[in-house]
Amino acid sequence: MSSCDPTPGFDELEEVSRLVSRKLASFLRTLRDAGFAVGLAEGRDAATLMAAGYAARPLLLRSALKHLVSARKSDWEKFDGLFDAFWLGKRVRARSLTSGSAKAANNPSLKSLRDTSAPQGGRGSASDQVPSNDEAPEGRSGEGRMEGASRAENLGEIDFRKLADPDQVERAHDAAARLARAMRTRLTRRDLARRRGYRLDLRRTIHRNISHGGVPISRVMRRRKDKPLRLVVLLDASGSMSLYTGFFLRFIHGVLDEFREAEAFLFHTRLAYVSSAMKEKDAGRALDRLSLLAQGTGGGTKIGESLKTFNRHHASRVIHSRSCVMIVSDGYETGDADLLGREMAALSKRCRRIVWLNPMMGWEGYAPEAKGIKAALPYVDLYAPANTLNSLAALEPYLARI
Amino acid sequence: MKNRDEIAQALARSGYIADSELATAISLMQLLKRPLLLEGEAGVGKTEVAKALASVHATELIRLQCYEGLDQSSALYEWNYQRQLLAIQAHRGENADAVEDRIFSEKYLLERPLLAAIRRDKPPVLLIDEIDRADDEFEAFLLELLSDFQVSIPELGTIAATTIPHVVLTSNGTRELSDALRRRCLYHYVDYPDVDREARIIVARIDGASTSLSLQIAQMIAGIRKEDLRKVPGVAETLDWAAALVGLDVKDLQEVPELVHETLMCLVKTHEDRAKLTREVADRLLGKVA
Repeated sequence: MSSCDPTPGFDELEEVSRLVSRKLASFLRTLRDAGFAVGLAEGRDAATLMAAGYAARPLLLRSALKHLVSARKSDWEKFDGLFDAFWLGKRVRARSLTSGSAKAANNPSLKSLRDTSAPQGGRGSASDQVPSNDEAPEGRSGEGRMEGASRAENLGEIDFRKLADPDQVERAHDAAARLARAMRTRLTRRDLARRRGYRLDLRRTIHRNISHGGVPISRVMRRRKDKPLRLVVLLDASGSMSLYTGFFLRFIHGVLDEFREAEAFLFHTRLAYVSSAMKEKDAGRALDRLSLLAQGTGGGTKIGESLKTFNRHHASRVIHSRSCVMIVSDGYETGDADLLGREMAALSKRCRRIVWLNPMMGWEGYAPEAKGIKAALPYVDLYAPANTLNSLAALEPYLARI
Repeated sequence: MKNRDEIAQALARSGYIADSELATAISLMQLLKRPLLLEGEAGVGKTEVAKALASVHATELIRLQCYEGLDQSSALYEWNYQRQLLAIQAHRGENADAVEDRIFSEKYLLERPLLAAIRRDKPPVLLIDEIDRADDEFEAFLLELLSDFQVSIPELGTIAATTIPHVVLTSNGTRELSDALRRRCLYHYVDYPDVDREARIIVARIDGASTSLSLQIAQMIAGIRKEDLRKVPGVAETLDWAAALVGLDVKDLQEVPELVHETLMCLVKTHEDRAKLTREVADRLLGKVA
């Protein structure tokens, strides 16, 4: 670089470089805290850059380090702010990033989500509440029903909202997670049969026919592996769903096994991408990371707008030809129902199947009257209840056929 | 060539108008010997970066187009089985070792892009296009190749790289790439160019495009990108449109509003978008163009 114009003394230079490298280490730590993947190799390369004369030109250094440590678009967008804050002492610009990769506690996106929903929660929480005056008494009756029968068997039949005893809740959570894992393993198994296919596999054909003295008698064909089914779960975390959110979060956590394909989003008045937070191995910690999101949800539900965000920004990445979108919501739309209909139409063009799980469908005397659900239903391939473990398990055969 | 200004100028000479950040990224590629991962919307000119880079270094561009089901035999190497079978027939009677040595030699090896890239005399530019379309397994394999730059062929032994290629990977974001691959690479997000840069791109690429017309086109495109479209027009579409307008001998967009509206099909590629860009919308956008 052309940065060796002044000629400071040797000692002075060494002093500066020592200071800079110490500062560099603490900057890299800041980046790591902000969710960047900065390892030893990056540290070494950053030091190389400093030594190559980049240290003397802040803007160039910013651009260089940005390329080095960013790994995705969200990193790319927030790097400049972090750099300026650290080296130039400017305030971090508040940007609403819904990447969900950083820790819940210090992630501005989570805070902003909470902030936006808080005022609505204060004023209009009633608009989105489930109109049920029978909640309290039923809660007790559900508990009462548990007493006589074998607990293990009954757990599958009980509506999630009627589980009151913490121990019972815990076991239902575990059951939901186990169920999800079992479903994933079975649904994403790959088909390796290769008797028929579209292309001759010469390498394997020759190998197979060594026993015939190299005369190719039986052929081996290649066949494209089936893509594993990808589940994309959109979970409504609004106030009206609050009794169910916990169970579905556990279910999703089970679904999002690190090595297989599944993506998860949470929405109420906004959409948030939560897959990376949910990939935390320990269920408790994963839920902690989301607790802020799940709590700030007293407000209305803008399903249509959330779907619009999904279609515009996430769909092309998370949906492929063998994807099933699973929307878990009661369909109480506080936004524009027509928008919901339009976005559902757009979504249905993209993915193989749309499953809408409505926990309230399991209630006696429930009919899909809410205008949101009415607008969405024409595009839904399967509309099913999901208020008990058994009703969740009943989905598996359907998903296996997709 | 290390200085980023020199790189930007060299890129410009080869017809690619880069912003200063991209020039920095390319200078870092050389300094740190890391591959460059380019992400961005379709049509912002990711592939062009590799082509321009090859012409800057005056070297060969080796391109590996990724697709689903891409495997080692079509990316790395394959034995030429047909010729091997013929050779076995032709040399019937020789002893087995001799036949084996004969058929597992360089002569019967089919070089695929990845192997070709590490066996050149002069470091080529290796473009691994749309890596997000390949499977996870292939990505893992690629990672190994990009760190060791050697290939082991069981029948022939290990082939070490004679040169380290300049590696450019592109991704459209249809699948989340693994963290390991992302960490291995320098990352650059290619955004739509701003009006000024897009105008310079048009001038550089389209023969006969005047500066004033290019600026008008770029402003119009910037307006269209702000509309709520399904497929936002990329730089490639801009160039198509500019070429069409130049071909129709347009000097000033304001003079020929109907022609502008009729040629918009160069930019929008779906029926819905076409319906959204009505005559009124086109006129409104045209009104903002200086």
